[in-house]
Amino acid sequence: MATKNFKRVYVWELPVRVFHWLNALAITILIITGFIISNPPAVMTNHEASQQFWFGYVRKIHFISAYVMVAVMILRVYWAFVGNKFSNWRVFFPFNKKGMKNVWHVLKYDIFLQNEQSENIESFSIGHNSVATISYLVMFLLALLMMATGFAMYAPTSSWFFPKMFTWVTPLFNDNEMLIRKVHHISMWAFILFMAVHIYLVLFHDWLEGRGEASAMISGQKFVCSERVQEDIKK
Amino acid sequence: MKQESNQNQTYLQSIEANGYTRRDFMKFVAFIGAYMGVENTAIGQIAKALETTPRLPVIWEHFQECTCCSESFIRSDHPIVADIILDKISLDYTLTLMAASGHQAEAAKKATMDKYKGEYILCVEGSVPLGADGNYCCIAGKSALETLKESAAGAKAIIAWGSCATTGCVQAAKPNPTGATPIEKIITDKPIINVPGCPPIGEVMAGIIVHVVTFGRLPELDSAGRPKAFYSKRVHDSCYRRPYFDAGLFAETFDDENAKKGYCLYKVGCKGPSTYNACGNIRWNGGVSYPIQSGHGCIGCSSNNFWDAGSFYTRDASVIGGGIEADADTIGKVAIGAVAAGAAVHAVASNISKRKDLNRRIHNAIENEKRVEE
Repeated sequence: MATKNFKRVYVWELPVRVFHWLNALAITILIITGFIISNPPAVMTNHEASQQFWFGYVRKIHFISAYVMVAVMILRVYWAFVGNKFSNWRVFFPFNKKGMKNVWHVLKYDIFLQNEQSENIESFSIGHNSVATISYLVMFLLALLMMATGFAMYAPTSSWFFPKMFTWVTPLFNDNEMLIRKVHHISMWAFILFMAVHIYLVLFHDWLEGRGEASAMISGQKFVCSERVQEDIKK
Repeated sequence: MKQESNQNQTYLQSIEANGYTRRDFMKFVAFIGAYMGVENTAIGQIAKALETTPRLPVIWEHFQECTCCSESFIRSDHPIVADIILDKISLDYTLTLMAASGHQAEAAKKATMDKYKGEYILCVEGSVPLGADGNYCCIAGKSALETLKESAAGAKAIIAWGSCATTGCVQAAKPNPTGATPIEKIITDKPIINVPGCPPIGEVMAGIIVHVVTFGRLPELDSAGRPKAFYSKRVHDSCYRRPYFDAGLFAETFDDENAKKGYCLYKVGCKGPSTYNACGNIRWNGGVSYPIQSGHGCIGCSSNNFWDAGSFYTRDASVIGGGIEADADTIGKVAIGAVAAGAAVHAVASNISKRKDLNRRIHNAIENEKRVEE
């Protein structure tokens, strides 16, 4: 059997890629600094406190990264309305017949590793598959929770309006900041687990399908079977 | 009781009757003004109010509590503080401190409630048990709930002293056997000042009463009903060990070298970063010290549900309470291990299951490689 013909398709536009990598960077830094803040190493030193500020800087980096994450999240939400069909908000709500069919397909062939009777090129997702979009929807909601709990803890020390917008969160947690902290900490673990699964599945798809899954988030382009690309673009 | 005859005296009159000079009085005014956080121009206002206002009738109820709030109160720094509150604000009923007892005491309370209906201040120390029809706490044959409703009905305002009255404190800790309930959950039609802490600082308590006397209205309260003057800052924000926190210098145990150097107690469970109180500024026992200064982390006694907020000595986020406390990080590490193992199994299984597709693609690619012209 001959090699399939592939065409280059521009799937991830620049704002999507910028969002992805800045978000990845911000989350990584947030997790590392978050762990340090939750349980800092006890440094033994002869220096006076006046000569150092490292824990202050760790917290500062945590807060700056949080603002970066919020900024790119806003960019991504905006792009969900103006971007191409692969980045549109509708793909993140696959709760229809077609979407559910795709969920079933992904579970059957990608997660439980069945083999298709005959290869069906239609079943390869070009953008996100439906299981992925559902997981991104959940992560988006979790990110909102992180944002709400994080800024609720941050607000008392800030005078800017943006963190102050989250002061209503604290009463929801019975004015108990230790509880907010706990929720913030546990949600972080969801992000860590998500990252592990996410990176594994990128490697999985890239290795088994050979369509440029991993590099697509750098170049924006994926390889799509030429049969699926119409010769003449309908005007 | 002499209180009856002193009822309409002003504060100054009664203070002078007790042998204090005007100089002592002015010192007290300056002192309490500073604690209240008012401008020095308001000191005249405080002095005038205390000179001219008849003493505030107060009923002080004790329910499920340990009396540490009263103890804190009578030990506040300035002698006039104890005097003004205990003698001079005409504390008409407080079963721990009043001379009268039994029917006499109840009669004194009844008299005040009738005479000063809508004018007296009701101070409540302790939580109210709602379990078993309120029978867990009965005074003079009435349940705490009945007594509270009765005395709250004619009150101008209610001051809920201490964490018991504001959040339920230790009695309300899981499983809360008596159904201990804070005052604001029971009385909803009266202005309530919440003064949390176990106990609150004596000077804070005095400051709040003087504020009510001086300005004739409640102090500015935050969303949780606490006076902003004393509860708007975290213990962390006014902590003298804060520079060690920012410098990343922490004690790890109470007897290590870093603890001896007086480093930050964050790692031994200090709850200062999440506790709103004035301990760092006003301190305790006349500004002598406060828990952190004495080498113990803040336990967050003025936070809601602080008994259920985990250990006093760690900042771990325990997920499962009771006997099998599991730290969030432990569960996380197990979960990440499970994910990694699952991914490894899946990776091997996918290479076996999808070997045909994979081999064909690799084979084709190798064939194509041979055909590439240099």
